[in-house]
Amino acid sequence: MLKSWVLITLALCSGGYAAAEEGEIPLLQSGADIHNTDSLQRGARNFMNYCSGCHSLKYVRYNRLAADLNIPEAELAPNLMFTSDKVVDTINSAMPKDSESWFGKQPPDLSLMARARGVDYLYSFLKGFYVDKTRPWGVNNLYLPSAAMPHVLQSLQGRQKPVFKNEPDDRGSARMVLVGVEAMTPGAMKPEEYDQFVRDIANFLDYAGEPIKAKRESMGVFITLFLLVFFVFAYLLKKEYWKDIH
Amino acid sequence: MAAGSFIGWIDQRFPLTKMWREQVSEYYAPKNFNFWYYFGVISLVVLVNQLVTGIFLTMNYKPSAAEAFSSIEYIMRDVDGGWLIRYMHSTGASAFFIVIYLHMFRALLYGSHRKPRELIWIFGCLIFLLLMAEAFMGYVLPWGNMSYWGAQVIVSLFSSVPYVGGTLVDWIRGDYYIADATLNRFFALHVAALPLALIFLVIAHLMALHEVGSNNPDGIEIKKHKDAQGHPLDGIPFHPYYTVKDTVGIAGFLLLFCGVIFFAPTFGGLFLESPNFEPANPLQTPPHIAPVWYFTPFYAMLRAVPSFAGTQIWGVLVMGAAVLVLFFLPWLDRSPVRSIRYRGPIYKVMLAIFVFSFIALGFCGMKPPSGIYPTLAKICTVLYFAFFLLMPWYTKFDSVKPVPERVTGHA
Repeated sequence: MLKSWVLITLALCSGGYAAAEEGEIPLLQSGADIHNTDSLQRGARNFMNYCSGCHSLKYVRYNRLAADLNIPEAELAPNLMFTSDKVVDTINSAMPKDSESWFGKQPPDLSLMARARGVDYLYSFLKGFYVDKTRPWGVNNLYLPSAAMPHVLQSLQGRQKPVFKNEPDDRGSARMVLVGVEAMTPGAMKPEEYDQFVRDIANFLDYAGEPIKAKRESMGVFITLFLLVFFVFAYLLKKEYWKDIH
Repeated sequence: MAAGSFIGWIDQRFPLTKMWREQVSEYYAPKNFNFWYYFGVISLVVLVNQLVTGIFLTMNYKPSAAEAFSSIEYIMRDVDGGWLIRYMHSTGASAFFIVIYLHMFRALLYGSHRKPRELIWIFGCLIFLLLMAEAFMGYVLPWGNMSYWGAQVIVSLFSSVPYVGGTLVDWIRGDYYIADATLNRFFALHVAALPLALIFLVIAHLMALHEVGSNNPDGIEIKKHKDAQGHPLDGIPFHPYYTVKDTVGIAGFLLLFCGVIFFAPTFGGLFLESPNFEPANPLQTPPHIAPVWYFTPFYAMLRAVPSFAGTQIWGVLVMGAAVLVLFFLPWLDRSPVRSIRYRGPIYKVMLAIFVFSFIALGFCGMKPPSGIYPTLAKICTVLYFAFFLLMPWYTKFDSVKPVPERVTGHA
């Protein structure tokens, strides 16, 4: 009974959380395009090389991926299949079961992350790491405060430092608010190259979230055209039948 | 039909031709149906869509807390055409409420609930009530995080019942929290009990309609003026006139429906909410729990009522009353005319206020209760009930225009 009350109160006041989230840093525009197969192929490569060690895509099968992304199955094993040898397998991570102690939590499966959080979030997240000595891995994230994940792509992007702004609170006392990040040390990639690199990953995860998405949209064009023609003929038929009704 | 034909053989044993004539080819409907009269047949199309796609989803869905979420992804990825079936079903749920709301609004426009059509209206209200239960339980089945927490919140509402609340909630859940047992019983209700009841009610709704005949935008009885054969002068046979006309309406609906399915199946997070792409997690509350859009007007009313005398049951009662008050509409409306075409300015203003308050409540229900939303929700709750509870007076005092003897124009 008491628990139920807590729940109702929680639900009715759940706006409190959302209100606290206001003033969050707006997401970057990823510019990812699900119809760009080259980008998806690069994204798959990037994901398998940098992400799949820890993150699984447990609902995505290698052979489905190959078929959708125009990758010959012969090239699957040497280039993309690092955690399995069967093409019908789903993409599992290399993490052992007890790995929770490594990061404080099991790295999440990313099959549906693009659907749950949006492709712009993934893109922003991968660009949002900044140096923070208080965190276990020395980095924090602009878009996911207290993220448990280390900056795996740091060698590519370089290090970023946080940018603070002085925004006095309601009582007028000084308060430093995190507003963004800026480059600190260069990485192996130029900023545009890194942007494209993470855009491809975000795009690939968008594909992984809904493998049918690109095909669904192209099918939709034909369905719409058919229904338009059907609509016109139905309308003409109706007019013919109704011409004597006054 | 010749006695020796196949149809003749059937007719001697089953009233096939008789039923076809009575219900379709010689059912005389007013010739002046307009745009608003499409939504009845469209809701029938959506019902069939939900039943058929539902059957195919059931073939691959696993109603267990351990497997439900994965089985949905299995349908979306590994079942041939599964994604289409699932989007047809999920979009159909929202489409159902859109067409039902418009269908009900049509009654408010033209007085379709008035004598002698009270029972049609009451069957319709029961359909609406069951549809809400059906939609709620269906929403729990994917076992996403919003499914879980939505169920948690809605089921917990029953705990506000005095004395037996806690027991009642345990009885509904079948466990001490939303769990496998809850999912299983919701599945049973969603795929068997409620659809069966819905189908019976839809049949009763249509039987009652065909017994008294359809209303029309002029709100007058076409049966008052009949020709030598006894057919209404302003009526036309449902088939072929309205079968061809409804085909146009259905085609138009399908254009929009398929537009959503193929280009925006989540509809910006309104039809499929993003937190529901994460599996149910009893330890992690979504940042903002809100029901799907079609429940938000009622949810806003629930939140708008403050707790009083140490209990929150008032909000629950107000929310229930908001649905129950619909049943009394035929007796609340005291206007001598049915159609808005011949009603005075007061009803038009009240109806406009009602529509505004319902939409505004829907908007408030989606937003966190901060800023102007709580106040707006309170005002709109009062306006929503004012439309119904003041109706016996304002419809009586409102001026009316002279009603024509025969229907005006045709569609």
